[in-house]
Amino acid sequence: MPNPQRTGTLRGVRTPPHISAESAPARLRLPRKALFFAAVGLVPAVFCLGWAVAFPEQREAAFGLCRKALGAFGLAAGFALLGWMGWLPAFVARRLVSLVLVLVGASTLVFGALRLAPGDPVDAILGEQASTEAREALTAALCLDRPLLVQYNDCFWNSVLDGSLGHTFDVVPEPVIDQLAAHFPATIELAVVGMLVAMAVAFPLGLLAAFKRGTFIDHAASVLALLGVATPAFWLGPMLLLLFTVGVDWLPSPATTDRPAAALVLPAFTLGTALAGKLTRMIRASVLEVTGEAFVVTARAKGVGEGQVWVGHILRNAMLPVITVMGMQLGALLTGAIVTEKVFARPGIGTLLLDAIQRRDYPTVQGTVLLVASTYVIVNLLVDLLYAAADPRVRFEQ
Amino acid sequence: MSGWLRRLGKVLPWYLGGGLLLLLVIAALFGPWIAPAPPNAFDLVADLQPPGPGHLLGTDENGADLLSQLIYGARVAMLVGLGTVGVCATLGVALGAVSGWYGGLVDEVLMRIIDVLMAFPGILLAILVIAITREPSIASVVLALSLTGWAGYARLVRGQVLSLRNRPFVVAAQAMGAPARWIIVRHLVPNVLAPVLVQATFGVASAILAEAGLSFLGLGPDGVPSWGALLDQGARNFLISGHLALWPGLAILLAVLGINLLGDALRDRLDPNTSAADGR
Repeated sequence: MPNPQRTGTLRGVRTPPHISAESAPARLRLPRKALFFAAVGLVPAVFCLGWAVAFPEQREAAFGLCRKALGAFGLAAGFALLGWMGWLPAFVARRLVSLVLVLVGASTLVFGALRLAPGDPVDAILGEQASTEAREALTAALCLDRPLLVQYNDCFWNSVLDGSLGHTFDVVPEPVIDQLAAHFPATIELAVVGMLVAMAVAFPLGLLAAFKRGTFIDHAASVLALLGVATPAFWLGPMLLLLFTVGVDWLPSPATTDRPAAALVLPAFTLGTALAGKLTRMIRASVLEVTGEAFVVTARAKGVGEGQVWVGHILRNAMLPVITVMGMQLGALLTGAIVTEKVFARPGIGTLLLDAIQRRDYPTVQGTVLLVASTYVIVNLLVDLLYAAADPRVRFEQ
Repeated sequence: MSGWLRRLGKVLPWYLGGGLLLLLVIAALFGPWIAPAPPNAFDLVADLQPPGPGHLLGTDENGADLLSQLIYGARVAMLVGLGTVGVCATLGVALGAVSGWYGGLVDEVLMRIIDVLMAFPGILLAILVIAITREPSIASVVLALSLTGWAGYARLVRGQVLSLRNRPFVVAAQAMGAPARWIIVRHLVPNVLAPVLVQATFGVASAILAEAGLSFLGLGPDGVPSWGALLDQGARNFLISGHLALWPGLAILLAVLGINLLGDALRDRLDPNTSAADGR
């Protein structure tokens, strides 16, 4: 709700429209965005139509792309319109619009990276001595014998939209999505436990450093945090393994399957260390920033108890940016899991990805990257929405 | 808290970070003169030797001297770190300044591209690009890491330019009829360099870490002694000789730590308003 004192009258005098427009509610800014997205959506659509006229043999793919472009940008414009009509909160609409755009863009990036990188994948898979028939067969299987636009529509988007994400290069081809479904839970498990480890370390350490600012404890915590950030997971992992499974034999080798929980300890700790370092620094800085704010001084001045000041005023506000960073770091954890899975020989999409790269199984590589990227984008969206729910200021931000 | 400890806390990051960076730079510049042996001097009879007088840090599975490889590896790390940051910062400053200054459609389009790039886990795209590059070189690793890396700089510079563009000295330059190119190059860019420098420092550290990670996954530059590749080799043999994994990891850790310390100190000096709040 717009504040009537700001938009309507000022000391009983009606403000002229050009002044009140400045503080109009955020949702009135959206139609411009909706129009913009509709216009942008028309560009690829018109481009595809032109392509269909210029290259009649590729007409079908061009029309397909045209429909998809219109669909995607229609969706984006639809969200924007819903926000404008007030059926969706403006900030939710804005984030949904950018979600559509980012997902389309990220997918195109993956497609482009695989197609435009130097080197012929056929050479890479078969070697240069392969027979012409074998090369041709593989080129056709990879969809590389068709024009780029047809590849983009038929081979890329159709396989994404039918939910299979293409088929693996095995003797018996399997939908990539099945492979991903089989491997993703282990990675999620590792990432979530890694996040928990990081939080369990970072919250006490960061808060302690902020409480005891400038003391030895603060300096020690800062050094620890810096060390955590600088320690490569692919070094910490083998070292921990050497220490705990070979040196003192407290924990089972991570490859064993009979004690899965215990086998998760070292990988989760390895994965969580860098994040713990980052979070510690972040929590400390955030708490210290809020401590100097006027509302904290006010609370103290009017005699609020010290405990209530810390819990109700400082921590409550300091934790908001920390939540956002934790969400953003979940993506880093998913990619970090690739390395950690290699160190500990754990099954997961990291292992799947590296194995697919080794076998030059491009559909699987592409599917894995798409899955991780979209998980990352969607998690970020959810975190942003949560953040807005927790902090009313975000909702009215322009 | 006693005063000397606080003073020490102020200068220690400079000395420690500077010292570590100096060590790295010396190793990178003068590697061939310092290293006891060429990095590819294989001696298959003397493989996997423990540290000793002949080989201060022992030898790897091919019998090459580990210390020499680490010293040569500093050059790879510095090349990747500085190269990536050079490409990213140049591109980011140019596009960010243009975007912030002109606004409008240019800004809108660039910002949406940046949204996509920043939403993409950068190292994943680098893995993808390197995986399909045959015989990746240091340059291809730099390019792969730069693909998404410039977006952060562009967004930073754009924000700074937006806050600068209505400042009196910029308005005055405009009023005197200075062309946009002149204003951007002479007035805006010099004023955004401080935060860019701070971010670039952290960027070097994270590029070194990313390159080591790629090399560890077997996706690093071919034929050069990268720390990550040495670590991978060490991790494979670590039951026989744990020191092979220990030293390359320590080298990465100390390089990244030194640069981050320096970055923190730089940020406190140049940019007292921002803090570690961005979580880097």
